[in-house]
Amino acid sequence: MLSRTASNLFWMGRHLERAETAARLLDVGQRITLLPNTEAGYQNEWNSLLQASGTSGVFAEKYGEVTQEKIEEFVFFDRDNPSSVASCIEKARESGRIVRTALTSEVWDALNVAYQELRKIERKSRSKLDTASLTEFTTGHTATVRGAINSTQLRNDGWHFMHLGYGLERADATARLLDVKYFVLLPRIEFVGSGLDSYQWQVILRALSAHRAYHWAYGGDVSAGRVADFLILNGESPRSLITSLYEAVWHLEGIARRYGEAVPAAARDKAREVLAALQGRDIDMIFDEGLHEFLSWFIGEIGAISMLVHEDYLLGGS
Amino acid sequence: MVRFPIIDEHQASLRAGAVLNGGKMKYYNEMFEGERVRDPYARLNDWIETMPDDFRQMKQAEAEALFRRIGITFAVYGEGGDPDRLIPFDMMPRVFEQAEWRRLERGVKQRARALNAFLRDVYGRGEIIRAGRIPARLVYRNDAYEKAVVGVVPPRGVYSHIIGIDLVRTGKDEFFVLEDNCRTPSGVSYMLENREIMMRMFPQLFRKNRIEPVDQYPALLRRTLESVAPPKCNDRPTCVILTPGHYNSAYYEHSFLANLMGVELVEGADLFVDGEFVYMRTTQGPKRVDVIYRRIDDPFLDPLCFRPDSMLGVPGLLDVYRSGGVSICSAPGAGVADDKAIYTFVPEMVRFYLGEEPLLQNVQTWTLWKEDDYKHVMANLPDLVVKEVHGSGGYGMLVGPRATTEEIELFRKKIEANPSNYIAQPTLSLSTCPTFVEEGIAPRHVDLRPFCLCGDRIELVPGGLTRVALREGSLVVNSSQGGGVKDTWVLSE
Repeated sequence: MLSRTASNLFWMGRHLERAETAARLLDVGQRITLLPNTEAGYQNEWNSLLQASGTSGVFAEKYGEVTQEKIEEFVFFDRDNPSSVASCIEKARESGRIVRTALTSEVWDALNVAYQELRKIERKSRSKLDTASLTEFTTGHTATVRGAINSTQLRNDGWHFMHLGYGLERADATARLLDVKYFVLLPRIEFVGSGLDSYQWQVILRALSAHRAYHWAYGGDVSAGRVADFLILNGESPRSLITSLYEAVWHLEGIARRYGEAVPAAARDKAREVLAALQGRDIDMIFDEGLHEFLSWFIGEIGAISMLVHEDYLLGGS
Repeated sequence: MVRFPIIDEHQASLRAGAVLNGGKMKYYNEMFEGERVRDPYARLNDWIETMPDDFRQMKQAEAEALFRRIGITFAVYGEGGDPDRLIPFDMMPRVFEQAEWRRLERGVKQRARALNAFLRDVYGRGEIIRAGRIPARLVYRNDAYEKAVVGVVPPRGVYSHIIGIDLVRTGKDEFFVLEDNCRTPSGVSYMLENREIMMRMFPQLFRKNRIEPVDQYPALLRRTLESVAPPKCNDRPTCVILTPGHYNSAYYEHSFLANLMGVELVEGADLFVDGEFVYMRTTQGPKRVDVIYRRIDDPFLDPLCFRPDSMLGVPGLLDVYRSGGVSICSAPGAGVADDKAIYTFVPEMVRFYLGEEPLLQNVQTWTLWKEDDYKHVMANLPDLVVKEVHGSGGYGMLVGPRATTEEIELFRKKIEANPSNYIAQPTLSLSTCPTFVEEGIAPRHVDLRPFCLCGDRIELVPGGLTRVALREGSLVVNSSQGGGVKDTWVLSE
């Protein structure tokens, strides 16, 4: 497979996952602002969430003050925001167009329809759109694309590269969302364990479509330790760090097996190592070491794995 | 049953004819002879006459949705608006009888052989020039003549592997060649997709009419490319399509063909030269490439040999080509054969190289660097079509009968400034074919581009791209100028 093709498939996966993350972020933000008793009003929360996606600087420069409408515009529609839903869907579709030959017509169709529908929404008057429908639009279309990938694509190296993109992006996104909750979202340390704390955790679970799953898995109370366990170490949770990383490793193994010894597999080795490090921890160890410190380490490792994927496969060995 | 009004042919034949012949000029209508429906169209006529009123709009909308969904658009960047535009598709097919097609096919293949013989000759000893049949200046001082490949004979002596020959019809048995395209003719994806869409929308039409298939084209193209593998290749050759990238207006076609042939679609940056071979960058390291079907122009192929600022090409590619490490289709320099000035000599090539009489006629052409021709053209501008020698896409041309006096005078000044940049032809009475328009069905002018493949064999699939001038009275069929496309049928015996 051409390195450029692999790279486009990888980034197609990443951008689709990133679009979904942006939509979920919008959902988290919107729910948190419904909570009355925060310190500085909703602007604070929104700023935190923008920080989580690494775009608060861009926002401040372009829009200044935070309002619900501006946030929707920025997180969903704005092409100047590289992480907006519209930017990500457009980039994913552009990648798909470039590697059209590596996609089945079902996948291309799903991707193209998502893009065409996006163009339709963009033409609608903003006041007719509510946050929930924007989130549903995004998760609906990304799920359709993913379904088309899983039911029609050949299980070849291209398929592995797409899923590798999904897996690494998802690991990164969940880690960032967790980090923002603990490090940024909660205004002061004495709020830990308060009603606000537990409400925010529920919101995050909900944003990850995981609040029901959580109750099935742990029953009853929402506590920081359990939610963190669910989102970091629980192998049944579909968006947990360990699940996302496990899937990335699985796809890297698939690629390495297919290509044999002659092709370097440094990314796989690194990913295996990080996975082993996760498996060797329990949630108490993570809290002792500091959640923020742990998440920073993890986000750094995901970045390192991405770099190695690039070096192993995407440069073309010249 | 509701009949569509068939718009009066005379009214539709319009001013162009009126100006020329005092209103007496008739265009050859491919479907009707007076009131009578010509044989190949008989079944189609039933179809139209029994078509319910709202059916057409419904189907036209369906066709557009299909095209947009599949992604068949031609991208026009940098003009604002939607960069992905649809070429208007007309559901009314254009039909040839088997016997008509056989004649055309022989003519096209003959012309393709002559053009390749000419290229072999002018990059070799230049016999046709020594024999005084073509002026040396027109060949050797032509911008498309590549000195860098003089003396290099590509595999099987084939320079142009895909030749698109633009034909127009003026009567039952009168076909004229408008121009030859020996470099990288585009449009074949429309031939294939138009057929797909038609078969999907109107299966019953295909059951009633026995229509020769065209979908073998991609396999034939791949076979053709493999048959011209370079001397240093001793395995099954690896073929690729080289595209300028996804911003190119024909990118859809490039990826479409790569997909149907099962070959990689590469950009310049995906390829590199190492030693005597060309390689592509893959996830498993470098992989050797043997045959490159390039869809970029000569000047961009190799920055070391041609334009140094080209980012689209591959540094060192020409060296590998010259030493037999890779085949390039079409070969660098093939463009000298489809130049509008060389065009006038193609019948001469047929006689000179093949010892045959040309089966397809050229349109009478006046070359403005000859004094007699110049005088004639300048005296008759309102009746003529004048084209730039290197122009394409229907731009930079004057259609005399359709132009205003000011436009003609403006063009006259351009010609006076540089006569050798122009050729002139009579305004042809292009045939018409019934076409769905707002008001119903009306005749519109059409041309035809069949795609001839040249490798170890010469192949022509029964069909081609029919372009139609959708504007009433217009003779310009280019998609950039309001042209559309039709499915082209060849009926089997």
